[in-house]
Amino acid sequence: MEPRTAPTLLPRLAGFARLLHDAGLDAGPGRLKDATQALNHVDIAQEDDFRETLRCVFVSRREELSLFDAAFDIYWAPPDPRVMAGQVPMRGRSLPLDPERAKAWLKVLGSPQSPLPRENEETPASSSGYSAQELLRVKNFDQMSWEESEQVRRLLAQSPWRLAERRTRRLAAARSGRVDLRRTARQAVRSSGELVWLLHRQPRVRRRPLVLLCDVSGSMERYSRQLLIFAHAVARREDVETFVFSTRLTRITRLLRRRELDRALDAVSKQVHDFSGGTRIGEALHEFNRKWARRVLGHGAVVIVVSDGWDRGDVGLLESELERLRRSAHRLIWLNPLLGSEGYEPVTRGMSAALPHVDDFLAAHNVVALDELGRHLAALDSRRSRR
Amino acid sequence: MIETIDEVQSKLADNRYIGDRALATSIFLALKIQKPLFIEGEAGVGKTEAAKVMADVLGARLIRLQCYEGIDLAHAAYEWNYPRQLLHIRLLGESADRRAAEREIFSAEFLLRRPLLDAIDNRDLVPPVLLIDEIDRSDEEFEAFLLELLSDFQISIPELGTIRAERPPFVVITSNRTREVHDALKRRCLYHWIDYPDLEKEIAIVEARVPEATDGLARQVAGLVHGLRDMDLYKLPGVAETLDWARSLAALGAKGVDEALVEATLGAALKYQEDLERARTQIPELVVRARGA
Repeated sequence: MEPRTAPTLLPRLAGFARLLHDAGLDAGPGRLKDATQALNHVDIAQEDDFRETLRCVFVSRREELSLFDAAFDIYWAPPDPRVMAGQVPMRGRSLPLDPERAKAWLKVLGSPQSPLPRENEETPASSSGYSAQELLRVKNFDQMSWEESEQVRRLLAQSPWRLAERRTRRLAAARSGRVDLRRTARQAVRSSGELVWLLHRQPRVRRRPLVLLCDVSGSMERYSRQLLIFAHAVARREDVETFVFSTRLTRITRLLRRRELDRALDAVSKQVHDFSGGTRIGEALHEFNRKWARRVLGHGAVVIVVSDGWDRGDVGLLESELERLRRSAHRLIWLNPLLGSEGYEPVTRGMSAALPHVDDFLAAHNVVALDELGRHLAALDSRRSRR
Repeated sequence: MIETIDEVQSKLADNRYIGDRALATSIFLALKIQKPLFIEGEAGVGKTEAAKVMADVLGARLIRLQCYEGIDLAHAAYEWNYPRQLLHIRLLGESADRRAAEREIFSAEFLLRRPLLDAIDNRDLVPPVLLIDEIDRSDEEFEAFLLELLSDFQISIPELGTIRAERPPFVVITSNRTREVHDALKRRCLYHWIDYPDLEKEIAIVEARVPEATDGLARQVAGLVHGLRDMDLYKLPGVAETLDWARSLAALGAKGVDEALVEATLGAALKYQEDLERARTQIPELVVRARGA
């Protein structure tokens, strides 16, 4: 078929791809090529067809649909001669944009911001001396200064976090196990059909996926930063999913994948609006069970809930949701930063309701406690705990 | 050959598949620019059905690969027929030239063809439809293998060389999103998200698929399901459940719904005990709403 894409359309299309790229969609040259190719086959005067064509090329997950539609509306809207103001953030060239729409767009992209001034540039990179480091390891998170928490961050980043393994259904060559007919036969072919050796294969083992659910409500405020640092340290792995909650649940997995911690934490606090609000653990778990459990709890995941158990919601709901969560997870661990404080008893309404429904109840108030957790995770049995 | 989006849409409808224009556009483009179509959506919204119907529309053979954890090349693409190879080589005897013997037994004759090879190395007049179903159940290793297949429509077999598709199949990949599929794989595909249909569309689907449900019943069942989807449930009923429910009610000879009928047949739509309990408390409201649909 003759290419029908109007020559003037291509630069416009490239501009649109740039916009999508800035918004975080995958809109590289390959996709641009697909788009031009696809447009040859549809009537671009039909707006719906034009939109759908670009959509099925540039979008690759459900979450991107609304972002795409917003970008499409902004970019391909007929320019309004009365409005000159408005500019898509982080782009040098201004686009004809209604100020209201520009505001909406700004919200979607997150407002541009210069990086935070680094106050602690002069602080030596590592603390001096063994004993200082040892002290830091046992110091309670809520008593730490900014500098100390920076050092903790470095400590945690070095922790060789390892998670219990599970057997997969995929087989790999091994010294014993089931007979590997493929390799055995191949060998036999070389010896004129004589079965000289039996070769074997066994199920391969893999790390279990990990799901973190962190409470960031008011009562947890003193611990939030450290726990997010902890989450960041483990979340750089591919198979860790992270959520934060207080009154609502927010998935921050993708935000934490960023390498620099401060930018990641910054992004998290920007996206999570109810930082340090009240807690409704039951409701948050309900939302998790309903929206996310099926998507992230496959392949025998270990779930860690981090919370002090101060709950203002419905305790009955908390119990039933925890029970449900435990049924769909390989293991359910509750980390409580207060557990490390002297004389603490888990008597809050939420905590005492939760205890019968979790597999492990562990502390999370200092680095030693987190190390302990790391060891615990590595030693988890490959079978589900007896309940 | 299909030439317009309208044609796709009307042919889907002729085959009793009620899809919206956006889906028809994606299918049309996947056919035109020869890219795999990646369809995501909740369970039971008609992803697999779309591929099956497309095979009917195109008059093509449907080759289906159901994914599962641990699926590997031997199950998905090809495997050598080892027992036959061994027997053959013993028949040749020890005097045979080993090189020649190896060449002989690693030939197409000793190859067991699994769905992917079958789809690539096809001799069909009309290229087949290859349905890779529920890819989210497979693992990363298998996704990596699919990359070559999906971008170049070819499979490399070390002993035989590369087999290229002369007529590339129309590939449809479905996912229930039980995990996120890797971007590299999605990049090679066109993407379409199928949502739950709106009320009128769902009624049309029931009418097309369950002709024994009289007009009133189709409307009321769709109304019931829409009522359930507004509730706070773990697993919302999909279109597949709507159809099951309509069939169950029609089998009971129902012309419309009432509380007793809904109570007795609710299991066709909801599959979790908690969901059933919750919905049972709301049956009167659901019925009132369904009758007004």
